[in-house]
Amino acid sequence: MKLREIQRLLQAEVVWGTEALLETNIECACSSDLMSDVLAFGQPGQVLLTGLSNAQSVRTADIMEAKAIVYVRGKRPDEEGLELAMVKGIPVLSTKRMMYEACGVLYTHGLPGILVSDTIKKE
Amino acid sequence: MSDENVLSQSFEIIGGNFGRAGKASTAVKDILKELGIDPSIIRRTAIATYEAEMNVVMYAEKGEMTLRVTPEMVHLHLQDQGPGILNIELAMKEGYSTATREMQEMGFGAGMGLPNIKKNSDRFDIVSELGKGTFLDIYIYLDPKRKNG
Repeated sequence: MKLREIQRLLQAEVVWGTEALLETNIECACSSDLMSDVLAFGQPGQVLLTGLSNAQSVRTADIMEAKAIVYVRGKRPDEEGLELAMVKGIPVLSTKRMMYEACGVLYTHGLPGILVSDTIKKE
Repeated sequence: MSDENVLSQSFEIIGGNFGRAGKASTAVKDILKELGIDPSIIRRTAIATYEAEMNVVMYAEKGEMTLRVTPEMVHLHLQDQGPGILNIELAMKEGYSTATREMQEMGFGAGMGLPNIKKNSDRFDIVSELGKGTFLDIYIYLDPKRKNG
């Protein structure tokens, strides 16, 4: 799913991102306010949905090779986080939707989650 | 091995400074990218490094991280001056944490740090002395066939 489509579905504001970055293909989504869990379970190519607005959310996205960050509940990255996102070229969106609803909208439109299917198969 | 085949660089980590937290890990990741290291190895190293760096920031007064890249492996050595770990076996269990509320508000301190470092490394050594500090050695081999060597 293109990032532009995610922006449209979530009626999100583009806090930072170029037109070209909005055309990025997003393969899956990971949602958490806990960066430890994102580091443990995240996958490359994901969009990170989070309500954690400090610089660590952007740092984690960079470490995990996330392709974009969507802040939920109307949050936005702090100044340091935004600066880092710009340096690292990670587009940043902000939606007023709650985490549950934002994830539900993306999932019902075909954006899969991370790992879950593999984990279930193994079990 | 001769020194000319080894890249070595050290980074200072300041305890309690959440604003700077993660900068060393980002620098390590950038260095590995420049060296043309395999992306999956960069990713595993970056995750292990970031978790280890966050542990120093959260728990210690200060620390130092040294990155060594040889033709065989990526080696990270971390040493901190801090309280040390009372029970390493317990700290290695997923979900066990002594984190404060402030640490959790930063998105960390869920008891996933050390297990996640172990998961992403081929060899992981940890030594801690109460009241003095903790030493970590993280080894990630460039040859995926080599494990636990």
